[in-house]
Amino acid sequence: MVDLFELLIGKEGEKDYKKKPVIVQGITGKFGSFHTQQMLAYGTNIVAGVTPGKGGQKLEGVPIYETMRDAVNAGGAKISIVFVPAKFFLSAAVEALEAGIKLLIAIPEHVPVKDALTIVDLAKKKDAIVIGPNTPGIIIPGVMKIGIMPASPFKPGRIAVISRSGTLMYEVSHNLSLANFGQSICLGIGGDPINGTPLIEAFDRIRDGANIDGVVVVGEIGGDAEEMLAQHIIDTKFDKPVVAYIAGRAAPKEKRMGHAGAIIYGNYGSAESKVSMYAKANVPVAKRPAEVPMLLAGKLGKSRIK
Amino acid sequence: MRLLEYQAKALFADYGIPIPKGFTSTAIEQGRKDAAVLSYPFVIKAQMAVGGRGKAGAIQKCHNIDEFELKYPEIMQKVVKGEKTKAILLEKMADIKKELYLSLFLNRSKRCYTIIASAQGGVEIESVKSQIIREVGLGEVDAKTADEVGTEIGLKDKACSQFVDILQKLSKITIEKEAELAEINPLTVLKDESLLALDGKMIIDDNAMFRHPELRKFQEVSELEERAEKSGFSLVELDGNIAVVGNGAGLVMSTLDMLSDNGGKPACFLDVGGGATTDTVYEALTLISKMKKVKGILVNLYGGIVKTTTVATAFIKGYENKVIDVPVFARMSGAEADKSKEMLRGSRTKMFDTIEEAINAAVIEVNKNG
Repeated sequence: MVDLFELLIGKEGEKDYKKKPVIVQGITGKFGSFHTQQMLAYGTNIVAGVTPGKGGQKLEGVPIYETMRDAVNAGGAKISIVFVPAKFFLSAAVEALEAGIKLLIAIPEHVPVKDALTIVDLAKKKDAIVIGPNTPGIIIPGVMKIGIMPASPFKPGRIAVISRSGTLMYEVSHNLSLANFGQSICLGIGGDPINGTPLIEAFDRIRDGANIDGVVVVGEIGGDAEEMLAQHIIDTKFDKPVVAYIAGRAAPKEKRMGHAGAIIYGNYGSAESKVSMYAKANVPVAKRPAEVPMLLAGKLGKSRIK
Repeated sequence: MRLLEYQAKALFADYGIPIPKGFTSTAIEQGRKDAAVLSYPFVIKAQMAVGGRGKAGAIQKCHNIDEFELKYPEIMQKVVKGEKTKAILLEKMADIKKELYLSLFLNRSKRCYTIIASAQGGVEIESVKSQIIREVGLGEVDAKTADEVGTEIGLKDKACSQFVDILQKLSKITIEKEAELAEINPLTVLKDESLLALDGKMIIDDNAMFRHPELRKFQEVSELEERAEKSGFSLVELDGNIAVVGNGAGLVMSTLDMLSDNGGKPACFLDVGGGATTDTVYEALTLISKMKKVKGILVNLYGGIVKTTTVATAFIKGYENKVIDVPVFARMSGAEADKSKEMLRGSRTKMFDTIEEAINAAVIEVNKNG
């Protein structure tokens, strides 16, 4: 399995170590241009942007191209972040994968399930990783961010955070940072029913990172990703501390709670189902975001004694 | 979007899946005309987006005009699990020999469509032990697979070949209309061995609606939900008295949980979307002001990029324009928090450093005021 850290920062000694080139698709939009500034300010090496009809122009010094193929040829990037409206996501993502992008961060919300499935399928054929849609992106605190998250909640450290929700990723990381648990990586998989990188796969792509002492998994109601992850933790005997949080205990059934994927049918997708599976995997579940650092401290303490 | 029974059945009929003869109305005057055409006896079925209608008395048999005059208004007034009757379907009774279950749904973890079928229909599928579950990829269900499923649930000859036809058509609808679920429960075998879809349920991918203008006529949103959608908000109305507002679905759900844990009753879930500006927060306050049950507003915003002062400005504007007249309990992280507190001093908006403090204050204040 392609290691996510290697794709994101490369190996020590490489010329572009921690400076892997990134392309922004939809760079001239209101959202795309604002976050391009923010990412540049955080240290992300954005080498090109794409907006059809604006090729040849520049934004914040970043050259803009007509097509992804031109942008990839010019900057050699393997990573792209997509800001186009949901309706145009499918064609933008296909173009990126066809041009050789290996890590695609899909920001748009409201992408149809059918389009997400098409991209998942194509990514598999191209041996590429898709994060999202409907994701805040990825941040490696202190190094780079490819996403729309604010910088302030995060600080460098050795805890990995994987989240189905954007603002909850900020909230939980903020609480971790306050308790002096910095983060090695924070990754949003997206709040949609179909994730380019599902929870379990995101977990596998970072679990063996030498810079990770523990993992925090921020989940919510809907689907069975947490249940499957819990079983996976048991099956693979993962021995680093894992702490979880699940939002939506008070949500009514059959109502879509903001995220397209956050909906309970019968018992499928309910918080109780997730909490009980986590219990089997010995993963404590916080009642509120502020409780996460306490539970993590408890687990880390125990693992150190062991 | 969840289609009502009659809407799902209209799609079934378009694709050639057999359904009973029936008429839909929203007023008894039209109902009387429909009843005359249909002739007694028939079934009166409340059209509402919820399961368990039979048990709740929202589906009843009707043998004559006296029963009709009594039952039509009764069923029109029904509320089941918080859902009101949207319309009434009068439907010809069927000569049932056996009830089956059939559905196709989008399996999130397997990322493909999945068939569920059972020889036991007419009850909630969760309670049925013998289910046939078949993952079928993303394309249409082929005849061979459909035949295997039909045989496995005990169908033979004419019934089985009709089952194959229905399953293939259901699969075509699911794909073409971009449905997350298409369910026939019960799919009945009649005395003459022919099959009939006695109920129908479909959930369409909301995000794909822009490709399906033909389904827009089925979209029933409340005035508030429609306004929310226009602003890019997500709104779910709930039964309590404290409105919960925040940015990001996860954060708002989390706030709802904590409020409930502390004895508060949420009146709504309102996610204003990832960012927050003076305008979006002001529009959120305006929407909430339309909900009469609201006695207090709990705001949880993760700022970060947004300055708290932009949001404080919205509250001040809300009170000035008399959009809101209930207390607001706000937690907002981010830049210029001290300045915002200063701006709001003396107003009915109280700013807190943590969400826990804001929740405690909200619950105490709202309970105090009854």
